[in-house]
Amino acid sequence: MITVQGITKKFGDITAVNNISFSIREGEITGLLGPNGAGKTTTLRMLTCYLKPDDGAISVGRYNVDDSPVEVRKIIGYLPESAPVYGDMLAYDYLAYIAEVRGIQDKNRIDEIADLCGINEVMHMGVGELSKGYKQRLGLAQSMIHNPDILILDEPTSGLDPNQIIEIRNLIREIGKKKTVILSTHILPEVEATCDRVIIIDHGTIVADDRTENLQSMSGGERLVLVSVSGPDFRTLSGEIAGLPGVTRVEEVPGGELVTARVAAAGTADVRPELFRLAGAKNWTLYELTQEQRSLERVFRDLTGGGAK
Amino acid sequence: MNIRELKIKDIDFKGMAAQAMEKAKVYSHEPLAIMKKELMTYFYTPIAYIVITAFLVVTGFFFFKDFFYFNQAEMRGFFQFLPLVLTLVVPAITMRLFHSGTIETLMTLPVTTAEAVVGKFLAATAFVSIMMAPTLIYLITIIIVGSPDPGPIIGGYLGSILLAGAYSAVGVLTSSLGRNQIIAFISGLAACFFLWLIDKITIFLPAKLAFIEFLGTDYHFRNISRGIIDSRDLVYFLSIIVISILLTTKILDDRR
Repeated sequence: MITVQGITKKFGDITAVNNISFSIREGEITGLLGPNGAGKTTTLRMLTCYLKPDDGAISVGRYNVDDSPVEVRKIIGYLPESAPVYGDMLAYDYLAYIAEVRGIQDKNRIDEIADLCGINEVMHMGVGELSKGYKQRLGLAQSMIHNPDILILDEPTSGLDPNQIIEIRNLIREIGKKKTVILSTHILPEVEATCDRVIIIDHGTIVADDRTENLQSMSGGERLVLVSVSGPDFRTLSGEIAGLPGVTRVEEVPGGELVTARVAAAGTADVRPELFRLAGAKNWTLYELTQEQRSLERVFRDLTGGGAK
Repeated sequence: MNIRELKIKDIDFKGMAAQAMEKAKVYSHEPLAIMKKELMTYFYTPIAYIVITAFLVVTGFFFFKDFFYFNQAEMRGFFQFLPLVLTLVVPAITMRLFHSGTIETLMTLPVTTAEAVVGKFLAATAFVSIMMAPTLIYLITIIIVGSPDPGPIIGGYLGSILLAGAYSAVGVLTSSLGRNQIIAFISGLAACFFLWLIDKITIFLPAKLAFIEFLGTDYHFRNISRGIIDSRDLVYFLSIIVISILLTTKILDDRR
Protein backbone atom coordinates (compact mmCIF):
# COMPACT_ATOMS: atom_id res chain seq x y z
CA MET A 1 0.00 0.00 0.00
CA ILE A 2 2.76 2.45 0.99
CA THR A 3 6.38 2.02 -0.03
CA VAL A 4 9.08 4.34 1.24
CA GLN A 5 12.52 3.95 -0.31
CA GLY A 6 15.56 5.69 1.13
CA ILE A 7 13.97 9.05 1.88
CA THR A 8 16.04 11.85 3.33
CA LYS A 9 14.92 15.31 4.41
CA LYS A 10 17.21 18.09 5.57
CA PHE A 11 16.34 21.47 7.05
CA GLY A 12 19.51 23.50 6.60
CA ASP A 13 22.26 21.61 8.40
CA ILE A 14 19.85 19.43 10.33
CA THR A 15 19.02 16.03 8.86
CA ALA A 16 15.50 15.36 10.11
CA VAL A 17 15.07 12.06 8.26
CA ASN A 18 18.08 10.08 7.08
CA ASN A 19 17.68 7.43 4.37
CA ILE A 20 14.75 5.51 5.78
CA SER A 21 12.85 2.74 4.00
CA PHE A 22 9.77 0.76 4.97
CA SER A 23 6.58 -0.52 3.45
CA ILE A 24 3.14 -0.76 4.92
CA ARG A 25 0.58 -3.34 3.90
CA GLU A 26 -3.12 -2.76 3.50
CA GLY A 27 -5.22 -2.97 6.65
CA GLU A 28 -2.30 -2.59 9.05
CA ILE A 29 -2.19 -0.21 12.01
CA THR A 30 1.40 0.97 12.14
CA GLY A 31 2.83 3.06 14.94
CA LEU A 32 5.67 5.42 14.22
CA LEU A 33 7.40 5.68 17.55
CA GLY A 34 10.26 7.87 18.59
CA PRO A 35 11.40 10.54 21.03
CA ASN A 36 10.52 14.17 20.34
CA GLY A 37 12.46 15.45 17.34
CA ALA A 38 13.17 11.94 16.00
CA GLY A 39 11.70 12.70 12.56
CA LYS A 40 8.20 11.22 12.92
CA THR A 41 6.26 14.30 11.87
CA THR A 42 8.66 15.00 9.00
CA THR A 43 8.17 11.43 7.74
CA LEU A 44 4.39 11.75 7.93
CA ARG A 45 4.52 15.13 6.23
CA MET A 46 6.43 13.57 3.35
CA LEU A 47 3.88 10.74 3.10
CA THR A 48 1.08 13.30 2.83
CA CYS A 49 2.96 15.37 0.20
CA TYR A 50 3.19 18.39 2.48
CA LEU A 51 6.99 18.14 2.30
CA LYS A 52 9.10 16.84 -0.56
CA PRO A 53 11.90 14.40 0.26
CA ASP A 54 15.37 15.65 -0.74
CA ASP A 55 16.21 12.11 -1.78
CA GLY A 56 14.39 8.81 -2.18
CA ALA A 57 10.93 7.89 -3.36
CA ILE A 58 7.51 7.30 -1.84
CA SER A 59 4.65 5.53 -3.51
CA VAL A 60 1.16 5.41 -2.07
CA GLY A 61 -1.21 2.93 -3.71
CA ARG A 62 -0.36 3.13 -7.39
CA TYR A 63 0.73 6.75 -7.25
CA ASN A 64 4.13 8.29 -6.82
CA VAL A 65 4.14 11.16 -4.33
CA ASP A 66 6.39 13.30 -6.55
CA ASP A 67 4.38 12.90 -9.74
CA SER A 68 0.81 12.77 -8.47
CA PRO A 69 0.59 14.58 -5.11
CA VAL A 70 -3.05 15.53 -5.63
CA GLU A 71 -4.04 11.91 -6.38
CA VAL A 72 -2.16 10.74 -3.29
CA ARG A 73 -3.88 13.33 -1.12
CA LYS A 74 -7.25 12.10 -2.39
CA ILE A 75 -6.72 8.63 -0.92
CA ILE A 76 -5.12 9.84 2.30
CA GLY A 77 -6.81 11.33 5.33
CA TYR A 78 -4.40 13.32 7.50
CA LEU A 79 -4.69 14.62 11.02
CA PRO A 80 -1.82 17.09 11.55
CA GLU A 81 -0.31 17.49 14.99
CA SER A 82 -1.82 20.94 15.52
CA ALA A 83 -5.22 20.50 13.88
CA PRO A 84 -7.63 22.09 13.46
CA VAL A 85 -6.64 25.71 13.83
CA TYR A 86 -9.43 27.49 11.96
CA GLY A 87 -10.33 29.13 15.27
CA ASP A 88 -13.02 31.48 14.00
CA MET A 89 -15.00 28.96 11.96
CA LEU A 90 -17.93 26.94 13.26
CA ALA A 91 -17.23 23.21 13.50
CA TYR A 92 -19.94 22.50 10.92
CA ASP A 93 -18.61 25.13 8.49
CA TYR A 94 -15.12 23.68 8.87
CA LEU A 95 -16.28 20.19 7.88
CA ALA A 96 -18.45 21.67 5.10
CA TYR A 97 -15.37 23.45 3.74
CA ILE A 98 -13.25 20.30 3.79
CA ALA A 99 -16.11 18.37 2.13
CA GLU A 100 -16.36 21.03 -0.58
CA VAL A 101 -12.63 21.05 -1.32
CA ARG A 102 -12.69 17.25 -1.46
CA GLY A 103 -15.62 17.42 -3.87
CA ILE A 104 -18.08 15.56 -1.60
CA GLN A 105 -21.59 16.24 -2.88
CA ASP A 106 -23.53 14.26 -0.25
CA LYS A 107 -24.49 16.72 2.49
CA ASN A 108 -25.44 13.86 4.85
CA ARG A 109 -21.79 12.83 4.98
CA ILE A 110 -21.03 15.68 7.41
CA ASP A 111 -23.67 14.42 9.84
CA GLU A 112 -22.51 10.81 9.42
CA ILE A 113 -18.90 11.62 10.22
CA ALA A 114 -19.93 13.90 13.11
CA ASP A 115 -21.92 10.96 14.49
CA LEU A 116 -18.99 8.58 14.11
CA CYS A 117 -16.56 10.93 15.85
CA GLY A 118 -19.08 11.98 18.53
CA ILE A 119 -19.04 15.70 17.81
CA ASN A 120 -22.72 16.25 17.03
CA GLU A 121 -23.31 18.40 20.09
CA VAL A 122 -20.52 20.87 19.25
CA MET A 123 -21.16 21.35 15.52
CA HIS A 124 -22.66 24.83 16.12
CA MET A 125 -19.66 26.02 18.16
CA GLY A 126 -16.60 27.91 17.00
CA VAL A 127 -13.52 25.70 16.52
CA GLY A 128 -11.57 27.99 18.87
CA GLU A 129 -14.12 27.41 21.66
CA LEU A 130 -13.82 23.61 21.56
CA SER A 131 -11.95 21.62 24.19
CA LYS A 132 -8.75 19.89 23.11
CA GLY A 133 -10.57 16.55 22.96
CA TYR A 134 -13.32 17.86 20.70
CA LYS A 135 -10.76 19.65 18.51
CA GLN A 136 -8.93 16.37 18.06
CA ARG A 137 -12.18 14.58 17.20
CA LEU A 138 -13.03 17.34 14.74
CA GLY A 139 -9.58 16.87 13.19
CA LEU A 140 -10.26 13.14 12.95
CA ALA A 141 -13.65 13.82 11.36
CA GLN A 142 -11.93 16.09 8.85
CA SER A 143 -9.40 13.40 8.02
CA MET A 144 -12.05 10.71 7.49
CA ILE A 145 -14.79 12.70 5.78
CA HIS A 146 -13.90 11.35 2.32
CA ASN A 147 -13.66 7.75 3.55
CA PRO A 148 -9.94 7.46 2.71
CA ASP A 149 -8.12 4.17 2.25
CA ILE A 150 -5.20 5.42 4.32
CA LEU A 151 -5.40 7.38 7.53
CA ILE A 152 -2.32 9.20 8.81
CA LEU A 153 -2.56 10.55 12.35
CA ASP A 154 0.16 12.68 13.90
CA GLU A 155 0.05 12.27 17.69
CA PRO A 156 -3.72 11.72 17.75
CA THR A 157 -4.07 11.58 21.54
CA SER A 158 -1.65 14.30 22.61
CA GLY A 159 -3.14 16.63 25.19
CA LEU A 160 -6.21 14.50 25.85
CA ASP A 161 -7.43 13.33 29.24
CA PRO A 162 -7.29 9.56 30.03
CA ASN A 163 -10.96 8.97 29.13
CA GLN A 164 -10.61 10.79 25.84
CA ILE A 165 -7.41 8.85 25.09
CA ILE A 166 -9.26 5.54 25.53
CA GLU A 167 -12.12 6.76 23.34
CA ILE A 168 -9.79 7.91 20.56
CA ARG A 169 -7.78 4.67 20.75
CA ASN A 170 -10.96 2.61 20.46
CA LEU A 171 -12.01 4.72 17.52
CA ILE A 172 -8.63 4.17 15.82
CA ARG A 173 -8.85 0.42 16.49
CA GLU A 174 -12.33 0.39 14.96
CA ILE A 175 -11.17 2.33 11.90
CA GLY A 176 -8.09 0.10 11.61
CA LYS A 177 -10.29 -2.94 10.95
CA LYS A 178 -11.12 -1.55 7.52
CA LYS A 179 -8.34 0.94 6.74
CA THR A 180 -4.60 1.29 6.71
CA VAL A 181 -3.66 3.50 9.64
CA ILE A 182 -0.30 5.09 10.41
CA LEU A 183 0.00 6.98 13.65
CA SER A 184 2.93 8.72 15.21
CA THR A 185 3.40 8.96 18.92
CA HIS A 186 5.98 9.13 21.66
CA ILE A 187 3.57 7.53 24.12
CA LEU A 188 4.47 3.84 24.36
CA PRO A 189 1.23 2.42 25.82
CA GLU A 190 -0.53 3.94 22.84
CA VAL A 191 1.42 1.75 20.46
CA GLU A 192 0.93 -1.30 22.68
CA ALA A 193 -2.79 -0.62 22.82
CA THR A 194 -3.48 0.17 19.19
CA CYS A 195 -0.78 -0.91 16.75
CA ASP A 196 -0.15 -4.18 14.92
CA ARG A 197 3.30 -3.06 13.94
CA VAL A 198 5.86 -0.60 15.27
CA ILE A 199 8.53 1.39 13.49
CA ILE A 200 10.88 3.04 15.97
CA ILE A 201 12.68 6.11 14.69
CA ASP A 202 15.55 7.86 16.40
CA HIS A 203 17.65 10.70 15.04
CA GLY A 204 16.01 10.34 11.64
CA THR A 205 16.81 6.65 11.18
CA ILE A 206 14.80 3.48 11.77
CA VAL A 207 16.13 1.54 14.75
CA ALA A 208 13.44 -1.14 14.84
CA ASP A 209 10.63 -2.30 12.58
CA ASP A 210 8.59 -5.31 13.62
CA ARG A 211 5.23 -6.52 14.81
CA THR A 212 4.34 -5.17 18.25
CA GLU A 213 4.30 -8.58 19.94
CA ASN A 214 7.70 -9.50 18.45
CA LEU A 215 9.24 -6.31 19.76
CA GLN A 216 7.69 -6.92 23.13
CA SER A 217 9.08 -10.46 23.38
CA MET A 218 12.47 -9.81 21.83
CA SER A 219 15.02 -8.54 24.29
CA GLY A 220 18.14 -7.26 22.65
CA GLY A 221 18.12 -10.14 20.17
CA GLU A 222 16.93 -12.77 22.69
CA ARG A 223 13.64 -14.20 23.92
CA LEU A 224 12.87 -14.57 27.62
CA VAL A 225 10.89 -17.49 29.01
CA LEU A 226 9.76 -17.86 32.59
CA VAL A 227 9.65 -21.43 33.89
CA SER A 228 8.36 -22.60 37.32
CA VAL A 229 8.72 -26.19 38.46
CA SER A 230 8.68 -28.22 41.65
CA GLY A 231 11.10 -31.07 42.20
CA PRO A 232 14.65 -29.94 41.54
CA ASP A 233 16.60 -27.15 43.20
CA PHE A 234 17.71 -24.16 41.13
CA ARG A 235 21.23 -25.49 40.55
CA THR A 236 19.96 -28.74 39.04
CA LEU A 237 17.33 -26.90 37.03
CA SER A 238 19.76 -24.34 35.61
CA GLY A 239 22.33 -27.04 34.85
CA GLU A 240 19.80 -29.04 32.81
CA ILE A 241 18.33 -25.98 31.04
CA ALA A 242 21.77 -24.56 30.15
CA GLY A 243 22.39 -27.72 28.13
CA LEU A 244 19.38 -27.09 25.87
CA PRO A 245 20.11 -25.80 22.36
CA GLY A 246 19.82 -22.01 21.95
CA VAL A 247 19.83 -21.20 25.69
CA THR A 248 22.24 -18.39 26.51
CA ARG A 249 21.47 -17.61 30.12
CA VAL A 250 19.46 -18.90 33.08
CA GLU A 251 18.64 -16.57 35.98
CA GLU A 252 16.95 -17.38 39.23
CA VAL A 253 13.70 -15.59 40.01
CA PRO A 254 13.55 -15.59 43.80
CA GLY A 255 10.44 -15.94 45.93
CA GLY A 256 7.67 -18.54 46.28
CA GLU A 257 7.74 -22.23 47.04
CA LEU A 258 8.44 -23.24 43.45
CA VAL A 259 11.77 -22.99 41.69
CA THR A 260 11.46 -20.30 39.04
CA ALA A 261 14.00 -19.44 36.38
CA ARG A 262 14.16 -16.83 33.63
CA VAL A 263 15.63 -18.50 30.53
CA ALA A 264 17.15 -16.39 27.77
CA ALA A 265 17.36 -17.92 24.30
CA ALA A 266 19.23 -16.48 21.35
CA GLY A 267 17.49 -15.00 18.32
CA THR A 268 14.02 -16.17 17.50
CA ALA A 269 14.44 -19.71 18.90
CA ASP A 270 11.54 -20.79 21.11
CA VAL A 271 12.80 -23.02 23.91
CA ARG A 272 9.39 -23.71 25.45
CA PRO A 273 8.84 -27.11 23.74
CA GLU A 274 12.31 -28.23 24.90
CA LEU A 275 11.60 -27.08 28.46
CA PHE A 276 8.28 -28.90 28.43
CA ARG A 277 9.95 -32.14 27.26
CA LEU A 278 12.76 -31.71 29.80
CA ALA A 279 10.27 -31.38 32.69
CA GLY A 280 8.47 -34.50 31.47
CA ALA A 281 11.69 -36.51 31.09
CA LYS A 282 12.95 -35.52 34.56
CA ASN A 283 9.52 -36.06 36.12
CA TRP A 284 9.31 -32.47 37.43
CA THR A 285 5.92 -30.88 37.90
CA LEU A 286 5.63 -27.96 35.54
CA TYR A 287 3.60 -25.09 37.01
CA GLU A 288 4.34 -22.27 34.61
CA LEU A 289 5.92 -21.81 31.20
CA THR A 290 5.42 -18.35 29.70
CA GLN A 291 7.17 -16.16 27.25
CA GLU A 292 7.89 -12.88 28.99
CA GLN A 293 6.35 -9.77 27.42
CA ARG A 294 8.97 -7.15 27.80
CA SER A 295 7.32 -3.73 27.88
CA LEU A 296 7.86 -1.65 24.79
CA GLU A 297 9.16 1.03 27.05
CA ARG A 298 12.29 -1.03 27.71
CA VAL A 299 12.74 -1.84 24.03
CA PHE A 300 12.30 1.82 23.23
CA ARG A 301 14.80 2.91 25.88
CA ASP A 302 17.34 0.34 24.73
CA LEU A 303 17.00 1.27 21.09
CA THR A 304 16.92 5.02 21.50
CA GLY A 305 19.69 5.22 24.06
CA GLY A 306 17.48 5.89 27.06
CA GLY A 307 15.19 8.20 25.14
CA ALA A 308 16.86 11.17 26.70
CA LYS A 309 19.34 12.03 23.99
CA MET B 1 -23.60 15.72 -48.81
CA ASN B 2 -20.27 17.48 -49.22
CA ILE B 3 -17.24 17.02 -46.99
CA ARG B 4 -17.69 20.38 -45.33
CA GLU B 5 -21.21 19.52 -44.19
CA LEU B 6 -20.13 16.11 -43.00
CA LYS B 7 -17.32 17.56 -40.93
CA ILE B 8 -19.48 20.13 -39.18
CA LYS B 9 -22.18 17.57 -38.52
CA ASP B 10 -19.67 15.12 -37.15
CA ILE B 11 -18.37 17.50 -34.57
CA ASP B 12 -20.31 17.04 -31.41
CA PHE B 13 -20.30 20.64 -30.24
CA LYS B 14 -22.82 19.95 -27.50
CA GLY B 15 -20.77 17.06 -26.16
CA MET B 16 -17.56 19.07 -26.32
CA ALA B 17 -19.17 21.97 -24.51
CA ALA B 18 -20.54 19.61 -21.86
CA GLN B 19 -17.10 18.02 -21.47
CA ALA B 20 -15.43 21.41 -21.18
CA MET B 21 -18.00 22.49 -18.59
CA GLU B 22 -17.48 19.30 -16.64
CA LYS B 23 -13.70 19.74 -16.73
CA ALA B 24 -13.98 23.38 -15.66
CA LYS B 25 -16.24 22.26 -12.81
CA VAL B 26 -13.74 19.65 -11.68
CA TYR B 27 -10.80 22.00 -11.86
CA SER B 28 -12.52 25.06 -10.47
CA HIS B 29 -14.31 23.90 -7.36
CA GLU B 30 -11.16 23.81 -5.23
CA PRO B 31 -10.06 27.47 -5.65
CA LEU B 32 -13.68 28.60 -5.32
CA ALA B 33 -14.15 26.53 -2.17
CA ILE B 34 -10.93 28.02 -0.73
CA MET B 35 -12.05 31.52 -1.75
CA LYS B 36 -15.45 31.03 -0.10
CA LYS B 37 -13.86 29.79 3.12
CA GLU B 38 -11.28 32.60 3.24
CA LEU B 39 -13.97 35.18 2.57
CA MET B 40 -16.16 33.70 5.31
CA THR B 41 -13.18 33.76 7.68
CA TYR B 42 -12.78 37.51 7.16
CA PHE B 43 -16.32 38.11 8.33
CA TYR B 44 -16.15 35.78 11.35
CA THR B 45 -14.17 38.39 13.25
CA PRO B 46 -14.95 42.07 13.89
CA ILE B 47 -11.67 43.02 12.18
CA ALA B 48 -13.36 42.92 8.75
CA TYR B 49 -16.04 45.35 9.86
CA ILE B 50 -13.49 47.65 11.48
CA VAL B 51 -11.35 47.69 8.31
CA ILE B 52 -14.41 48.37 6.13
CA THR B 53 -15.61 51.16 8.44
CA ALA B 54 -12.19 52.80 8.55
CA PHE B 55 -11.93 52.55 4.75
CA LEU B 56 -15.35 54.16 4.25
CA VAL B 57 -14.59 56.97 6.71
CA VAL B 58 -11.29 57.81 4.99
CA THR B 59 -12.60 57.54 1.42
CA GLY B 60 -15.77 59.42 2.44
CA PHE B 61 -13.58 62.24 3.68
CA PHE B 62 -11.76 62.41 0.34
CA PHE B 63 -15.06 62.26 -1.56
CA PHE B 64 -16.70 65.11 0.34
CA LYS B 65 -13.56 67.21 0.89
CA ASP B 66 -13.91 69.23 -2.32
CA PHE B 67 -17.35 68.02 -3.37
CA PHE B 68 -19.27 71.14 -2.34
CA TYR B 69 -16.36 73.43 -3.12
CA PHE B 70 -16.24 72.46 -6.83
CA ASN B 71 -19.99 71.83 -7.03
CA GLN B 72 -19.42 69.15 -9.67
CA ALA B 73 -21.27 65.81 -9.99
CA GLU B 74 -18.10 63.67 -10.15
CA MET B 75 -16.10 61.20 -8.05
CA ARG B 76 -12.64 62.48 -8.92
CA GLY B 77 -11.69 63.19 -5.31
CA PHE B 78 -12.59 59.65 -4.31
CA PHE B 79 -10.72 57.94 -7.14
CA GLN B 80 -7.70 60.25 -6.77
CA PHE B 81 -6.91 59.04 -3.26
CA LEU B 82 -8.24 55.50 -3.56
CA PRO B 83 -4.92 53.96 -4.77
CA LEU B 84 -3.03 55.37 -1.79
CA VAL B 85 -5.69 54.13 0.65
CA LEU B 86 -5.59 50.68 -0.96
CA THR B 87 -1.79 50.48 -0.56
CA LEU B 88 -2.41 50.61 3.19
CA VAL B 89 -5.56 48.52 3.45
CA VAL B 90 -4.85 45.61 1.08
CA PRO B 91 -1.63 44.38 2.81
CA ALA B 92 -3.58 44.37 6.09
CA ILE B 93 -6.14 42.10 4.46
CA THR B 94 -3.63 39.75 2.86
CA MET B 95 -1.04 39.52 5.64
CA ARG B 96 -2.68 36.57 7.41
CA LEU B 97 -3.39 34.48 4.30
CA PHE B 98 -0.31 32.29 4.59
CA HIS B 99 0.29 32.73 8.31
CA SER B 100 -2.81 31.41 9.98
CA GLY B 101 -1.33 28.01 10.78
CA THR B 102 -3.82 26.40 8.44
CA ILE B 103 -1.39 25.75 5.61
CA GLU B 104 -0.61 22.19 6.67
CA THR B 105 -4.28 21.20 6.53
CA LEU B 106 -4.79 23.07 3.26
CA MET B 107 -1.70 21.67 1.53
CA THR B 108 -2.59 18.09 2.46
CA LEU B 109 -6.00 18.44 0.83
CA PRO B 110 -6.23 17.44 -2.85
CA VAL B 111 -5.42 20.91 -4.20
CA THR B 112 -2.39 22.08 -6.13
CA THR B 113 -0.32 24.94 -4.74
CA ALA B 114 -1.51 27.16 -7.60
CA GLU B 115 -5.16 26.42 -6.77
CA ALA B 116 -4.56 27.31 -3.12
CA VAL B 117 -2.84 30.57 -4.10
CA VAL B 118 -5.57 31.50 -6.61
CA GLY B 119 -8.25 30.74 -4.01
CA LYS B 120 -6.62 33.05 -1.48
CA PHE B 121 -6.00 35.76 -4.08
CA LEU B 122 -9.67 35.65 -5.19
CA ALA B 123 -10.79 35.90 -1.56
CA ALA B 124 -8.67 39.01 -0.93
CA THR B 125 -9.82 40.66 -4.17
CA ALA B 126 -13.46 39.81 -3.41
CA PHE B 127 -13.10 41.23 0.11
CA VAL B 128 -11.66 44.52 -1.22
CA SER B 129 -14.46 44.68 -3.81
CA ILE B 130 -17.07 44.13 -1.08
CA MET B 131 -15.32 46.81 0.98
CA MET B 132 -15.61 49.27 -1.93
CA ALA B 133 -19.22 48.37 -2.73
CA PRO B 134 -20.82 50.80 -0.20
CA THR B 135 -19.09 53.69 -2.02
CA LEU B 136 -21.72 53.20 -4.73
CA ILE B 137 -23.89 55.30 -2.40
CA TYR B 138 -21.74 58.29 -3.45
CA LEU B 139 -22.53 57.42 -7.05
CA ILE B 140 -26.28 57.26 -6.33
CA THR B 141 -26.02 60.59 -4.52
CA ILE B 142 -24.37 62.37 -7.44
CA ILE B 143 -26.81 60.79 -9.91
CA ILE B 144 -29.65 62.25 -7.81
CA VAL B 145 -28.14 65.73 -7.54
CA GLY B 146 -26.59 66.03 -11.02
CA SER B 147 -25.77 64.20 -14.24
CA PRO B 148 -22.27 62.74 -13.92
CA ASP B 149 -20.18 61.61 -16.89
CA PRO B 150 -20.45 57.79 -16.79
CA GLY B 151 -17.02 57.15 -18.45
CA PRO B 152 -14.71 58.15 -15.58
CA ILE B 153 -17.00 56.50 -13.02
CA ILE B 154 -17.22 53.14 -14.83
CA GLY B 155 -13.46 53.37 -15.58
CA GLY B 156 -12.78 54.35 -11.97
CA TYR B 157 -14.59 51.32 -10.56
CA LEU B 158 -13.07 48.95 -13.13
CA GLY B 159 -9.61 50.39 -12.34
CA SER B 160 -10.31 50.04 -8.61
CA ILE B 161 -11.10 46.33 -8.96
CA LEU B 162 -7.99 45.79 -11.12
CA LEU B 163 -5.89 47.71 -8.62
CA ALA B 164 -7.40 45.73 -5.75
CA GLY B 165 -6.52 42.54 -7.67
CA ALA B 166 -2.94 43.67 -8.33
CA TYR B 167 -2.36 44.75 -4.71
CA SER B 168 -4.02 41.56 -3.41
CA ALA B 169 -1.71 39.45 -5.59
CA VAL B 170 1.32 41.40 -4.32
CA GLY B 171 0.01 41.01 -0.75
CA VAL B 172 -0.42 37.25 -1.22
CA LEU B 173 3.16 37.10 -2.52
CA THR B 174 4.63 39.02 0.42
CA SER B 175 2.57 37.00 2.89
CA SER B 176 4.14 33.81 1.49
CA LEU B 177 7.69 35.13 1.92
CA GLY B 178 8.01 34.67 5.67
CA ARG B 179 6.14 33.27 8.61
CA ASN B 180 5.46 36.50 10.49
CA GLN B 181 2.27 38.49 9.89
CA ILE B 182 3.82 41.84 10.83
CA ILE B 183 6.68 41.31 8.38
CA ALA B 184 4.12 40.25 5.75
CA PHE B 185 2.16 43.46 6.35
CA ILE B 186 5.19 45.76 6.27
CA SER B 187 6.71 44.13 3.17
CA GLY B 188 3.28 44.15 1.46
CA LEU B 189 2.83 47.81 2.33
CA ALA B 190 6.33 48.64 1.07
CA ALA B 191 5.77 46.76 -2.22
CA CYS B 192 2.35 48.31 -2.88
CA PHE B 193 3.55 51.78 -1.89
CA PHE B 194 6.58 51.41 -4.17
CA LEU B 195 4.32 50.44 -7.08
CA TRP B 196 2.13 53.47 -6.33
CA LEU B 197 5.09 55.80 -5.99
CA ILE B 198 7.23 54.68 -8.93
CA ASP B 199 5.62 56.90 -11.61
CA LYS B 200 5.95 59.93 -9.36
CA ILE B 201 9.72 59.73 -9.05
CA THR B 202 10.38 59.94 -12.78
CA ILE B 203 10.68 63.75 -12.52
CA PHE B 204 13.90 63.22 -10.59
CA LEU B 205 15.27 60.82 -13.19
CA PRO B 206 16.89 61.50 -16.57
CA ALA B 207 14.55 61.55 -19.57
CA LYS B 208 15.98 58.22 -20.71
CA LEU B 209 14.47 56.56 -17.66
CA ALA B 210 11.03 58.11 -18.13
CA PHE B 211 9.69 54.70 -19.22
CA ILE B 212 9.79 53.71 -15.54
CA GLU B 213 6.47 55.45 -15.07
CA PHE B 214 4.83 52.61 -17.04
CA LEU B 215 5.69 50.36 -14.10
CA GLY B 216 3.58 52.38 -11.66
CA THR B 217 0.09 51.27 -10.67
CA ASP B 218 -1.13 54.84 -10.29
CA TYR B 219 -0.13 55.73 -13.84
CA HIS B 220 -2.32 52.95 -15.27
CA PHE B 221 -5.11 53.55 -12.75
CA ARG B 222 -5.26 57.24 -13.74
CA ASN B 223 -5.57 56.24 -17.41
CA ILE B 224 -8.45 53.88 -16.74
CA SER B 225 -10.20 56.22 -14.31
CA ARG B 226 -10.33 58.87 -17.03
CA GLY B 227 -12.78 56.54 -18.73
CA ILE B 228 -10.33 55.33 -21.37
CA ILE B 229 -10.04 51.58 -21.21
CA ASP B 230 -6.74 50.82 -22.94
CA SER B 231 -5.57 47.23 -23.37
CA ARG B 232 -2.07 48.25 -22.19
CA ASP B 233 -3.45 49.19 -18.78
CA LEU B 234 -5.43 45.95 -18.56
CA VAL B 235 -2.34 43.95 -19.57
CA TYR B 236 -0.29 45.77 -16.91
CA PHE B 237 -2.65 44.88 -14.06
CA LEU B 238 -3.15 41.32 -15.28
CA SER B 239 0.64 40.91 -15.56
CA ILE B 240 1.15 42.00 -11.95
CA ILE B 241 -1.52 39.51 -10.86
CA VAL B 242 -0.18 36.60 -12.92
CA ILE B 243 3.49 37.21 -12.04
CA SER B 244 2.69 37.51 -8.33
CA ILE B 245 0.59 34.33 -8.33
CA LEU B 246 3.29 32.40 -10.20
CA LEU B 247 6.01 33.63 -7.84
CA THR B 248 3.91 32.76 -4.78
CA THR B 249 3.30 29.27 -6.15
CA LYS B 250 7.03 28.85 -6.82
CA ILE B 251 8.00 30.06 -3.33
CA LEU B 252 5.51 27.72 -1.63
CA ASP B 253 6.53 24.77 -3.80
CA ASP B 254 10.22 25.41 -3.13
CA ARG B 255 9.57 25.58 0.61
CA ARG B 256 8.33 21.96 0.50
